[in-house]
Amino acid sequence: MLEIRGINKHYGAHQVLTDVGFTVGSGRMTGFVGANGAGKTTTMRIIIGVLSADSGEVLLDGTPLTDGDRRRFGYMPEERGLYPKMKVGEQLVYLARLHGLSPAAAKRNTDDLLERLGLGERAGDLVEALSLGNQQRAQIAAALVHDPEFLVLDEPFSGLDPIAVEVVLTVLKEHAAAGAPVLFSSHQLDLVERLCDDLVIIAAGEIRANGSRERLRDQFSTPRFEISTDADAGWMRAVDGITVIGFDGGEAVFEADSDAASQAVLREALSRGAVHSFGHLRPTLASIFKEVVQ
Amino acid sequence: MSTDIGSRQDSPTQPRTRATHSAPGFWSSVWLVASREITARLRSKAFLISTGILLLLAIGSVVAGGLLSANPSSTQVAVVGSASAVVGQADGLTAVSADSVADAEALVRDGTVAAAVVPADDSLLGVSVIALDSAPMDVINALSVSPSVQLLDPAAQGGFLVYLVAIGFGLVFFMSALTFGSTIAQSVVEEKQTRVVEILMSTIPVRALLAGKVLGNSIMAFGQIVAIALLVAIGMAVTGQRVLLADLGPAIGWFAVFFAFGFVMLASLYAATASMVSRQEDVGTATSPVAYLVMIPYFAVIFFNDNPLVLGIMSYVPFAAPVGMPVRIFLGTAEWWEPLLSLALLLVTTAGVILFGSRIYRNSLLRMGGRVTYKQALRG
Repeated sequence: MLEIRGINKHYGAHQVLTDVGFTVGSGRMTGFVGANGAGKTTTMRIIIGVLSADSGEVLLDGTPLTDGDRRRFGYMPEERGLYPKMKVGEQLVYLARLHGLSPAAAKRNTDDLLERLGLGERAGDLVEALSLGNQQRAQIAAALVHDPEFLVLDEPFSGLDPIAVEVVLTVLKEHAAAGAPVLFSSHQLDLVERLCDDLVIIAAGEIRANGSRERLRDQFSTPRFEISTDADAGWMRAVDGITVIGFDGGEAVFEADSDAASQAVLREALSRGAVHSFGHLRPTLASIFKEVVQ
Repeated sequence: MSTDIGSRQDSPTQPRTRATHSAPGFWSSVWLVASREITARLRSKAFLISTGILLLLAIGSVVAGGLLSANPSSTQVAVVGSASAVVGQADGLTAVSADSVADAEALVRDGTVAAAVVPADDSLLGVSVIALDSAPMDVINALSVSPSVQLLDPAAQGGFLVYLVAIGFGLVFFMSALTFGSTIAQSVVEEKQTRVVEILMSTIPVRALLAGKVLGNSIMAFGQIVAIALLVAIGMAVTGQRVLLADLGPAIGWFAVFFAFGFVMLASLYAATASMVSRQEDVGTATSPVAYLVMIPYFAVIFFNDNPLVLGIMSYVPFAAPVGMPVRIFLGTAEWWEPLLSLALLLVTTAGVILFGSRIYRNSLLRMGGRVTYKQALRG
C-alpha cells in the first residue's frame, strides 16, 4: 500500500499542493483526476522522487520510500520521451538495467514486452524511425520493462490510439490483479469511471474527494430512480412523495422522498404492466467531479 | 524501521513473485550511464572522423618535425683539387669532385651543388667559396674556425621548439576540451529536450546520472589524449628524435594526468550550464562561459610561452594548469614538487566544481521552457 501524507509544495509564492494525502491500495486501480494545473503531475513527481516536497511524506507499507523502493516503480511521465537515436530494444534493456535487472533478465523482459505490444520486429529500429503510435507503445514498454511492483502513470492514455488504449488497459489490470498498487491520472473521466476501483479528485492543489468509486457514488448520489415500463408512465406524477424529473412514454426518471415511495411506484407499475428495469440512478464520475471541483 | 527491500513484508493475500530486482549500487548506475555515453560516441560518425583527423595531425606534425631536423645534415658542395682535403675535414658537407673551377661553377649554376669550394692561395684557409646569389652561410660556417663557447646557465630547450611544444599542448587541450565539452553539453540537453530525463531521474539518483555522463565523456577524451601521446612518442622514436622524446616524455605524461582531472572539472561545468536550457539551439550561449575558460589557456600559451611569470601563474590556475604545468616541465623550470602541488589544487577545485555543478544540474533538469537563471538553479 502506498500512502501519501500531508504533502505541501510551493513554487515561489505559488502554493501548488496543500496538505495532499490519499492512499493507493495494493491491487487497486486508483484514478487521479483533476483539471490542468490542479497538481496531478507535481504530486506524481513527488511520489516518484524526482521532485521533493516542502513537507509531508510518502510511505510504502508504513515506511518512508527509499531510492531502492523507487526502482521498483514503473513511472510514465506526462511529458513523453525516449532517446530518439537509440534502438528501441537497446533502450529498453538500458532502462531495465538502470532499474537493477541483470543483462539476461533485461533482455528477456524487453523481448517479451515488445512482442506483447506488437513491436517485436521493431526492436532494431531507432526510436525516431517509429510512427507516433509505436513510439507511444515503446514509451509504455519503458515504464514496464523492469517488472515494476507499483505503477505511477501520468496520463497514460493521452495520445494513444484505441488499440493501444486496450493494450495498456490490459497491462494495468494485470498488474493490479497481481497485487500491485496502480495510480494513474487521466482527463478521460469515462475511462477512469470504467477502470478504477478508487478515485482521488484534486482541484487547486487540494484533495477534494477520495475513496472507492462505489462509496463516492453513494456519497454523491441523490434519491433518483429510473424506471422503464411498457405502459405510459404519466400516472407517476400523481403519486405522493414522488417528483418526476422527466419522462418519455414508458420511461421515467423520478426523485423519491423515501424508499417506501419509490417501492410504491414500482408496485404500482407492476400492477399496470411489465417493468423492464427499475434502479437507483447513481451519479456519473463527470457529475461528481463537477460538483466537488466547484 | 528497516528499509531493506528484501525484508519488506507484503500483505499476505497478495504475494509478489517478481524477484529480479536487486537495487544496483551508485557506481554500477554510474557505470551503466557512462557505458551508454561511450557507446553513443563510438557510433557517431562525426566523432570517429574528427578523432581520425586529430590523430593524423599529430602523426603529421611529428613526421614533419623529423624531416625538418634531418634535412640540413649534409650540404653538397663541388670541390676542386686540394680543396677536397679541407671539405673532407668539415662536418655537414658532402664533396662532389669537379675537374676545374669552370666545371665547379657550372655545377653551382645548374643547382647540382649549393656552392663550390676551390683552392685559393691568398686565403688564410687555402680555399675560397663560390656561390650563386648569396653567401651560403651553412657552407661558410662549416668551413669556419669558431672559438669554444661556455654557457653559464644553459637554456634546456631552444626558443622555436618551446613555441611548438607550447602550442601543441595548448591546441590538444583546447580541441579535446571543446569537442568533448560540447558533446556532453549536447547530450545533457538531448535528454532534457526529449524528456527522457524524467524517466532517468525516477530511476537513478541525479548524482549518478551526472557522474556517469562526466565519466563516460572523460574516458573518451582521455582515451583520445592518450592515443595522441602514444602516437607522438612512437612517431618520435621511429623518426629518430629520441633526444627530443626524452625531454618531452615527462611533460606529455604530466599533461595526460592534468588533463584527466581538468577535463572532469570542465565536463561538470559543461553539463551544469547546459542543463539550464531546454533546446539544442541554446546550448552554445549557455555554455559559452565555460568555452572561454577553455580558450584562455590556449591563447595565453601562444602569446606568453616565453614569459616565465605568466607560465608560472598558469601552471597553478586550475583550468590553465593542464597546459601551463607541462610546458614548464618541458622547459625544466618546475621544481619536482610543483606539479604535485598544482595537481592537488586542481583536485580540490574539481571536487568543489562537481558539487556546484551537480546542484545546478539537479535543480535545472525539470525546468522546461525558458532559460533557468543561476539564482533559480542554485537555490532549487
